[in-house]
Amino acid sequence: MSVSWAELLGDEPTAADEPERVGVFARLRDSLAKSRRALAAELQAAAFDPGDAEAWERLEEALIRADVGVPATAELVRRIEARGGASSLEDALVEEVRGLFGEPPRLRLDGKPSVILVVGVNGTGKTTTIGKLALKLNQHGRSVLVGAADTFRAAAEEQLEEWARRAGADFVGSPRGADPAAVAFDAVEAGRARGKDVVIVDTAGRLHTQANLMAELAKIRRVIAGRCEGAPHETLLVIDATTGQNGLQQARLFADAVEVSGVVLTKLDGSARGGVAIAIAYELGLPVTLVGLGEGIDDLRPFDAGDFARALVAG
Amino acid sequence: MFDTLSDRLQAALGGLRGKGRLDEETVSKAMREIRLALLEADVNVEVAREFTATVKERALGEDVSRSLSPAQQVVKIVHEELTRLLGAGDSRLVFGKPPTVILLAGLQGSGKTTAAAKLALHLRREGKRPALVACDLQRPAAVEQLEQLGRQIQVPVYALDRVDPVAAARAGVDAARREGYDVAILDTAGRLHVDEALMDELERVAAATKPLNVLLVLDAMTGQEAVNVALAFQERVAFDGVVLTKLDGDARGGAALSVKAVTGKPVKLASTGEKLDQLEVFHPDRMASRILGMGDVLTLIEKAEAAVEADEQAELERRLRAGEFTFDDFLASSKMLRRMGPLQGIVKMIPGLGRQLQGMDVDERQLARVEAIILSMTPQERRMPHIITMQRRRRIAAGSGTSLDEVNKLMAARKQMAKMMKQLGKGRLG
Ligand SMILES: Nc1nc2c(ncn2[C@@H]2O[C@H](COP(=O)(O)OP(=O)(O)O)[C@@H](O)[C@H]2O)c(=O)[nH]1
Ligand SMILES: [Mg+2]
Repeated sequence: MSVSWAELLGDEPTAADEPERVGVFARLRDSLAKSRRALAAELQAAAFDPGDAEAWERLEEALIRADVGVPATAELVRRIEARGGASSLEDALVEEVRGLFGEPPRLRLDGKPSVILVVGVNGTGKTTTIGKLALKLNQHGRSVLVGAADTFRAAAEEQLEEWARRAGADFVGSPRGADPAAVAFDAVEAGRARGKDVVIVDTAGRLHTQANLMAELAKIRRVIAGRCEGAPHETLLVIDATTGQNGLQQARLFADAVEVSGVVLTKLDGSARGGVAIAIAYELGLPVTLVGLGEGIDDLRPFDAGDFARALVAG
Repeated sequence: MFDTLSDRLQAALGGLRGKGRLDEETVSKAMREIRLALLEADVNVEVAREFTATVKERALGEDVSRSLSPAQQVVKIVHEELTRLLGAGDSRLVFGKPPTVILLAGLQGSGKTTAAAKLALHLRREGKRPALVACDLQRPAAVEQLEQLGRQIQVPVYALDRVDPVAAARAGVDAARREGYDVAILDTAGRLHVDEALMDELERVAAATKPLNVLLVLDAMTGQEAVNVALAFQERVAFDGVVLTKLDGDARGGAALSVKAVTGKPVKLASTGEKLDQLEVFHPDRMASRILGMGDVLTLIEKAEAAVEADEQAELERRLRAGEFTFDDFLASSKMLRRMGPLQGIVKMIPGLGRQLQGMDVDERQLARVEAIILSMTPQERRMPHIITMQRRRRIAAGSGTSLDEVNKLMAARKQMAKMMKQLGKGRLG
């Protein structure tokens, strides 16, 4: 049932996609703690008694524990309550979460080149995600160039260069301390000159509360937009699934600064459920596009709301 | 939505003062609000439940003092309990026969490498001779990152094995000993607490180097999973304390409480920025305020005091008490503000102001324009703002390359500041 890469990219399905369709979150389920098993059984039970206050409380608690947050939890529970007790709690939850996220995600890469700008707070997995995404695009017939506009963190350039090598993507670097907007510009130029399909621009991690750094990011975006019609085609905000309610504030302020088009939820290979993505979808209407499931180059998947919802409260 | 927990409690409990004793109904209502506030601050569900149960017990039947409303009384009790819980335990590092080994561990992206360099700088400034040991052989360019940071702070970095982290750790500590360094700080790869192989490796690094201090590096933005993360790391490497990172953001940081509650290990250090000198001792009372969303007046005042030279401060204080606040003072305080560091941080710490100013740009460039305007005033105008007529304002705008509108805004802001400063001067600073 999962979303395939071909679907994400708007391509015709290919045989190569098939293996990914099964058990995307299987690894997640493997690592689940015992204490949650009972709850899972209860949620999966064919029907539940809507009059059982304790069952509702347990559902609420499961959602809070998954970092969904108080307001979005209350809303989800309200919607599930409104449906009555016809289906299992899990099925109801899955449908409501699906509804919240809307259409399955798409990466709109219709430019020549298409530009993807990757942003987020420090350490969420931006550079790693770029490496993984470059490989996937490559495998699906897109030539890729990555640009190192993180000119701040020590050795950030070397890190991205290594990922570019692994992914077979072109690389445009920068001296440390260089103007990141200038690097982004160079990367887009190089992508165009070399006839690349996609240019991915890495940026330095920054806290959403740092006004000057957020202004710098807006400038990077402006420079890209000025250089290339319709760019950036995607602006992806990378959020660590371990993040709590602050993720919502991150999404709010990054969206204000650079018109985020989608969220990448990383580190879902841990035991964190990434429920803050629900709060983000509910309050800001931002979709999740991709999920990170590890440090390996293959550990990136298109987001699937149904899988995500099931894993949210699974044993 | 209410801005602060205090407001929310006020609404739930009413503002009556001196209502005798806190009764069951009042306390229960209050605890529901407290629990929600804790959950919003990312305190773990179970921890929040247990904490409110404890506090409830203490609060029940307590006399409401005559100067407080029940809401205020509850906040006071909650704040005290939170501070007590967060503060229990020894927050100092331990030093022994050199080299003292300090092992940093944590999830991916929590800020270990930066924390390692900051800690090295901090210890060097305290007269120690620290060395860094690169044991993150996992993430591309992690070793290079540590090496670059080491060069910046002139602390040697040992990267003696690029394949086996255990060997790298052992060789690094040996080298530090041979070359006469008294502290060896080990930067390890980020790892998930559910990753058996990597947790095993961490255990072996610890066994090989016998660290006197094992520190869990924890991102202040961490959500509900903080509890499971901390328990898993405790089981494998029995860490002694926590380094709480990214506290310069606006996360409420409830994870710190969760970790303390389930492991009993104190937060030892707080990391508050990307600059390498931004590492601070941990203040439980401030963290309590932060988790409860009550601002952080104390930190603000202390930072201000540290930044302002003593004589400047005495002079400013005299004027504040006198209820004066001229443009000269404005200029002086704007310079002090700059010295205190990023304005956003300061502003956020003033209760109630953080929310109000959200999204508003209080950046440094703005300050520069303000200073330009003031510098275009005559000394007399700066001392006696009331003489600045419309005509003078036009001249000042032209002279400073700003607009009349900006000058007008500054005039209004000064008045506002004068009022605020007077209050602060009388109340909390005085
Ligand atoms: N377990 C896990 N680790 C990840 C994932 N994505 C990134 N990381 C790790 O998180 C850390 C920070 O990643 P990096 O890409 O440097 O973050 P950036 O600062 O946002 O560019 C690195 O140690 C990565 O290996 C993921 O999906 N799962
Ligand atoms: Mg990066």
